[in-house]
Amino acid sequence: MFARPGLPSFDYVRAGTYDEAVRLLEQWGEKARLLMGGTDLFPGLRDGAACPKVVVDVKHLPGMRDIRCDTQAGLAVGAAVTMNELAAHPDVQAHYPLLAEAANSVASYQVRNRATLGGNLCNASPCADTAPAVLVLDAEVVLYGPKGERAMPASRFFLGPGRTALQPGELMMAVRFPPPPVPAAARYLKLGRCKAGDLALVGVAVLGIGNGTGYHFRIGLGSVAPVPFRAAEAEQVLAANPPSEETFALAADKAMAASSPITDVRGTAEYQKMMVRNLTLRGLREVWERLRNP
Amino acid sequence: MATHAITVTVNGAGERLDVPSNMTLLQMIRERLALTGTKNGCEAGECGACTVLVDGEPVNSCMMLAVEADGRQVLTVEGLAAEDRLSPLQEAFVEHNAVQCGFCTPGMLISAHALLKRNPHPDEGEIKQALVGNLCRCTGYVRIIDAIQTAADEGGM
Repeated sequence: MFARPGLPSFDYVRAGTYDEAVRLLEQWGEKARLLMGGTDLFPGLRDGAACPKVVVDVKHLPGMRDIRCDTQAGLAVGAAVTMNELAAHPDVQAHYPLLAEAANSVASYQVRNRATLGGNLCNASPCADTAPAVLVLDAEVVLYGPKGERAMPASRFFLGPGRTALQPGELMMAVRFPPPPVPAAARYLKLGRCKAGDLALVGVAVLGIGNGTGYHFRIGLGSVAPVPFRAAEAEQVLAANPPSEETFALAADKAMAASSPITDVRGTAEYQKMMVRNLTLRGLREVWERLRNP
Repeated sequence: MATHAITVTVNGAGERLDVPSNMTLLQMIRERLALTGTKNGCEAGECGACTVLVDGEPVNSCMMLAVEADGRQVLTVEGLAAEDRLSPLQEAFVEHNAVQCGFCTPGMLISAHALLKRNPHPDEGEIKQALVGNLCRCTGYVRIIDAIQTAADEGGM
């Protein structure tokens, strides 16, 4: 029927309620896949990585496309909010610019019109561009499953490449961010094989908080370990020492030491480790500069 | 496999179609509606040859199901020209020789059309950013960027 081999056979179901989605996931188990923007699912369907019998479209469920921002309560982003919606939202730009910057670094404009924040996190690629930002912003993920709703810190969500803390029958509803730290400056530095459009070889999110009375820094790393993670030892160095070029260099070395990339088609492990150091250092310098001269 | 009765507007014309679950929007456009301007390239969201507008925003039609387009407005390259007159953007591509083999051109035009709609006066960097998802293996992009700049300078898409 088709001129080229298309997608394998499956039944598409647009879930009308969260409970219907959960029921389908429980009923079909491994044979069900959730559809949000499809930007990871479709390549997976084509290369055989996914062969579902049922594809459950959950992006139209209530709240899935909502962005709610309140400087007291924080930010809640529905799991099916697209990267372009996130990057263009005035409250996200004003109060969580790191998140907007990370969302805007994903692939291309067309892909960002479909790719979702929840999909990026649930796909659990080590190089998910939004993950380092989500980690340094201390976000929590809101999940819905057979036992109802639960929330967990994003830092506990990633278990390995493609593996998350989602239990059978569970899906992600939203990502919640605490009130934005102020005053703050942040940067997501992404290294790819070309300036734009590629997956990250290294992704470094640096968040600096504070003013003349004290500073602290958070560092999130992507693409350089089985899961995106916070560089805890580097953050401790930054907490224990006044900001200076020496402190930053030591912290960057700690970040490099904490990373464990693998050599692949995008680059060697050695190169990625060195780039963790360089980008961490660059990010710290830039954030520090902006904190001092807001 | 399930089929779905959908209603979709393509280039202004309402269509009622029965589509199987696994039919992509690209397959629907090319094989059901015989609008073959939109191209099938990488099937992975890298090349942008399949770019169309859905509700005014560019997407890769190879990575969207036809059933997901139910109730929505789709614009393909065939919808850019009015009657037998090319759009100013298309004219600019012709003027600048921004076409070599032509395979990427429909996607380039759709991405550029969407750019000029959201940003009527883009600078060169903004044009390049908007085309990150559209690969051309012939032109080196220079003439494509010049054509888009010209269309913008002359005030229309």
